[in-house]
Amino acid sequence: MVHVNGDNKSDSLIQVRSLFKTYTRGNESIEVLKNLNLDIDRGEFVAFMGPSGSGKTTLLNLIGGLDLPTSGSIVVDNDEITGISGSKLTDWRARHVGFIFQLYNLIPVLTAFQNVELPLLLTGLSKAQRRDHVEAALSIVGLEDRMHHFPRQLSGGQEQRTAIARAIVSDPTFLLCDEPTGDLDRTSANEILELLSRLVEDFNKTILMVTHDPAAACQAHITLHLEKGVLIESSKVVCE
Amino acid sequence: MAIPFQYNLRSVIERWTSTIVAVVSIAGVVAVFIAVLALAHGFQKTLVSSGSPQNVIMLRGGATSEMESAVSLDQIRILQDIDGIERSSQGLPLVSSEVVVVAAFPMKSTGTDANAQVRGVSEDVLQVRDNIRIIEGRFLNPGLNELVVGSRASQLYSGFQLGNTVLFGGSSWVVAGVFDAGGSAFDSEIWCDANNLNQTYKRPQNIFQSVTARLTSEDAFESFKNSVSTDPQLTLSVEREIDFYAKQSESVAILIRVLGFLVASVMAVGAIFGAINTMYSAVSARSVEIATLRALGFRTRHIIISFVTESILISLIGGVVGILLVLPINNSAASTMNWQSFSQLSFSFMITPEFMLEGMLFAVLMGFLGGLFPAVRASRVPIVTALRGL
Repeated sequence: MVHVNGDNKSDSLIQVRSLFKTYTRGNESIEVLKNLNLDIDRGEFVAFMGPSGSGKTTLLNLIGGLDLPTSGSIVVDNDEITGISGSKLTDWRARHVGFIFQLYNLIPVLTAFQNVELPLLLTGLSKAQRRDHVEAALSIVGLEDRMHHFPRQLSGGQEQRTAIARAIVSDPTFLLCDEPTGDLDRTSANEILELLSRLVEDFNKTILMVTHDPAAACQAHITLHLEKGVLIESSKVVCE
Repeated sequence: MAIPFQYNLRSVIERWTSTIVAVVSIAGVVAVFIAVLALAHGFQKTLVSSGSPQNVIMLRGGATSEMESAVSLDQIRILQDIDGIERSSQGLPLVSSEVVVVAAFPMKSTGTDANAQVRGVSEDVLQVRDNIRIIEGRFLNPGLNELVVGSRASQLYSGFQLGNTVLFGGSSWVVAGVFDAGGSAFDSEIWCDANNLNQTYKRPQNIFQSVTARLTSEDAFESFKNSVSTDPQLTLSVEREIDFYAKQSESVAILIRVLGFLVASVMAVGAIFGAINTMYSAVSARSVEIATLRALGFRTRHIIISFVTESILISLIGGVVGILLVLPINNSAASTMNWQSFSQLSFSFMITPEFMLEGMLFAVLMGFLGGLFPAVRASRVPIVTALRGL
């Protein structure tokens, strides 16, 4: 379930309370998020939509521990992450968050295998264990036959699937996708969205996805609409 | 575990143009750095090897070089009877009373005149300095205007072929032979009879500038020195020949090092900035990659170690290239003014494994400094900003 009124007392996986984020540019303060409340349960696939500058990516960055809020709290799996910073937050990200970016953000000089292996280098797994995990992740995204290819030798869709394998390889608590289909053609985009849906259905993954694409949003269980830093509506976008 | 080394290795190869720029600048510094060390070492080694531990050299008390020294024949006669001096097969003390002058001769390489040290020696000099051997012709005949020329001097100056007549000091001299002094400073000298040289330069016949004696053993030095020092008729300084030449080499070697290091330091600053620039551009080009790695959970220290490693990798390549650039000059001849004798001293560049190691360490230091600042900067840019490629 997803709640946006902030009065949910349940043990939701992600609990956002009275969240504010203000950027200061010179003498000007820009309030990007205003008193935002949100509860997301495990296994949910949530899409965030809204015009540019509405605060979608900022919200994703805050929940993913890439940025700190001006005020308010974010609790993930009973960990209050707004109170930690620096290396502890870095370690928390490594354990709990899988990131999927619009432009894939693969390391061009590393193979698909090595890219997927990166998060595992921060764990205590042996080389053999890491290999097993990487092969399993690449197999889930259907790229087991491309594991020794470099990103430039892959199509956009394959690159994004590699990025998804990298995001899931360490079995994080949830996945954050920032416009995961924004740079793909329709066919590739649909493949990626099907893959994300499968991760939710088959592996009970929790996914938070920012998108401008209604075709992407319709794959999510629920779509939250933001405007000027405020959650204004939650709905289920129906696929055409 | 850190960011894989392959990331750095492949990045260096991927950005080969900027890598080459950094490698060339670091290689240049390392080459100059090693060349300076080899130059100073070659100079010093040449002078130091001129001395023998079994020989003593005596100058007027207070004189720091032969040019400013004077030893009278009376003093030499007293010296010859002191215990500890080796005797020849004829029972004569092995002592060479010597005078030095500086004369200008045309250099083969440029045709311009350069100063050479001309040394007037005693007839037993080859027994006193037993590491010197005649390699062409014969030794000079005492009392005649004949010369024997050091092997390097014969290559450095024109006109010193066997049998040639050479003019200097208003007299003509015949080249009787060429000697090899094992690469020491004597190889740059021209020798003749000491008395003839005094006559030619209208110097007093009974005054010499230095006396070199061969002792019975190295251990005889202390007692010999003590005997000379306590004799009130002898106001002479006594030094092992090897120490004397070591001191002689010091000032020029220091000068070479200081000037050389000055040049190397200026170049090093340039190379460090080159490395910094390379690494800054590497960081700037990969700001999204770095932010991604940080988002994935790699810590600040992982980023810093990775980029410093990359910079050191480049500097190591630069160091190796620098060594390869400088190696061909090993053992090649050079000559410079020896300010102690105001004459040209010919010597060889001497590159040792220690210098190569020091060159590599210097390269690593440049790489470390060049990589550190960009790496620290890369690890401090807010992830969210860097992910947007800003």
